[in-house]
Amino acid sequence: MDRYSSGKSQPIKSSEITPESVYRDRRRFMQAALSVAAIPMVGLPSLAGAAGYDIPADLPRYKGPQWLQPKLADAVRNTELSSSETLAPYYHAITHNNFYEFGSDKRDPVRNAQKFVTDPWKVEISGEVAKPGNYNLEDILAPHTLEDRIYRLRCVEAWSMVIPWSGFSLADLIRRFEPTSKAKYVQFTTLLDKEQMPGQRGFFGTIKWPYVEALRMDEAMHPLTLMAVGLYGNALPPQNGAPLRLVVPWKYGFKSIKSIVRIHFSETMPSTSWNITAPDEYGFYANVNPAVDHPRWSQATERRLPSSLLTPNIIDTLPFNGYAGQVAHLYKGMDLTRWF
Amino acid sequence: MVLTVSAERMGLLRWWLFFLLLLLPLGVLVEGLLTDNLGADPAMYIVKELGFWAICWLWLTLGVTPARKFLGWRWLTRYRRMLGLYAFFYAVLHLLAFATFLLGWRWDILMTELTKRPYIVVGLLALLLLLPLAITSTHGMRRRLGKRWKKLHTLIYPASLLVLLHFIWQIRSDFLQQLIFAILLAILLGYQLYLKRRS
Repeated sequence: MDRYSSGKSQPIKSSEITPESVYRDRRRFMQAALSVAAIPMVGLPSLAGAAGYDIPADLPRYKGPQWLQPKLADAVRNTELSSSETLAPYYHAITHNNFYEFGSDKRDPVRNAQKFVTDPWKVEISGEVAKPGNYNLEDILAPHTLEDRIYRLRCVEAWSMVIPWSGFSLADLIRRFEPTSKAKYVQFTTLLDKEQMPGQRGFFGTIKWPYVEALRMDEAMHPLTLMAVGLYGNALPPQNGAPLRLVVPWKYGFKSIKSIVRIHFSETMPSTSWNITAPDEYGFYANVNPAVDHPRWSQATERRLPSSLLTPNIIDTLPFNGYAGQVAHLYKGMDLTRWF
Repeated sequence: MVLTVSAERMGLLRWWLFFLLLLLPLGVLVEGLLTDNLGADPAMYIVKELGFWAICWLWLTLGVTPARKFLGWRWLTRYRRMLGLYAFFYAVLHLLAFATFLLGWRWDILMTELTKRPYIVVGLLALLLLLPLAITSTHGMRRRLGKRWKKLHTLIYPASLLVLLHFIWQIRSDFLQQLIFAILLAILLGYQLYLKRRS
């Protein structure tokens, strides 16, 4: 697994190394799962990723639109903001996804999202900004250079992974559209498209579509808050939220909304999907907090994936997912059991 | 003479067929485990699958009487004990997988989970209710307990309600499975109530 690691890797137990034969079988599964994959998305299985991530040759790479490729290739690692923990294997990152628009099982998105059309893509900027409008994603990205950042991702379901993203600070994007003094919150909306997203067609779900998420302005402007367009040095796979998603590493994963089509600035606190669905279970802030349990399960520990069956990789969950030094000041004086 | 032998053989064959059929989901899980085909989080997948099949077999156990009365499937009654024991077996594996694969037998976490989490408490309670049923499932015990045996085994009804609650408490957003199992249980228990009223 050290071929996935990011520099300062920890020693690897021999029990964690997957035998070659197992690998081959797993790949057969992947190929089956991705048999519907659109061919142009699957790149040539030869070169290492732009940022040097060694992706197994027979797993698909997502190249993204032509205009994005040079940007991804030029992405530079932001070591200051990056974790040095062992990365989740690429295979796990692209097959274990919570993206309910493509099904509620972790393995549904990789099966159901391969034909998802993510180019061309438009993003509406609206509300309390000087420059509202409907922009092409290409134009939105044009002035930004991309960075690679390795973040811990802590799901509210008490598992976690370490993921290398490519993207840029949301703050840089927000400044360009010049929010007014009334802009206190930023709300994000995921695409609503029942044709392409089978999860939005079901009758037996409690989430109201489209999925919406939001941040307080100071959270949105924080340098850690990332707009991601890439994963493991390549473009974002559709199951991971292509072509544009949010990554807020100190909050539970559901805050990091995928496939964004609208960014709206408002003066009042916007609704957020899980908070609407179960307000006693999911708050607006959703900061990772080991001291505040989910009403149904504990948040004190997490299983860091990949975890082996007989020795599950259980680690203590850190306040703000280990980013307390950078972000705790944002919540000074707030009762975090109330504002969970 | 020839006829009875072949009927006996047929019975034996059917017994084995049934036995293996109920074992099949476990076999599929083991196969998936050995070929690493259970996804990025096999621990959670195994726990969920074992729980799901425990519910299936428990509901089937409850369905034996209605199946006999409505469909005339008298033969199914002979497999009721096997069905019930399999439900218990999968439920025990479900709990063991939870404690081993998800919690790594960390007693501090295990203790808080088993006492503080309502959905786990009701699940454990259901398993505890099924335990005496599994123990007294032998012919000898049945004979010894006489009339009390039947009374004891009505514990399957409260157990199944707790199991349903345990299942419903897992809902994040999609509730189709839970809805189906709730409707089925309502029919099964409703029928038992109807029988009781009539007699």
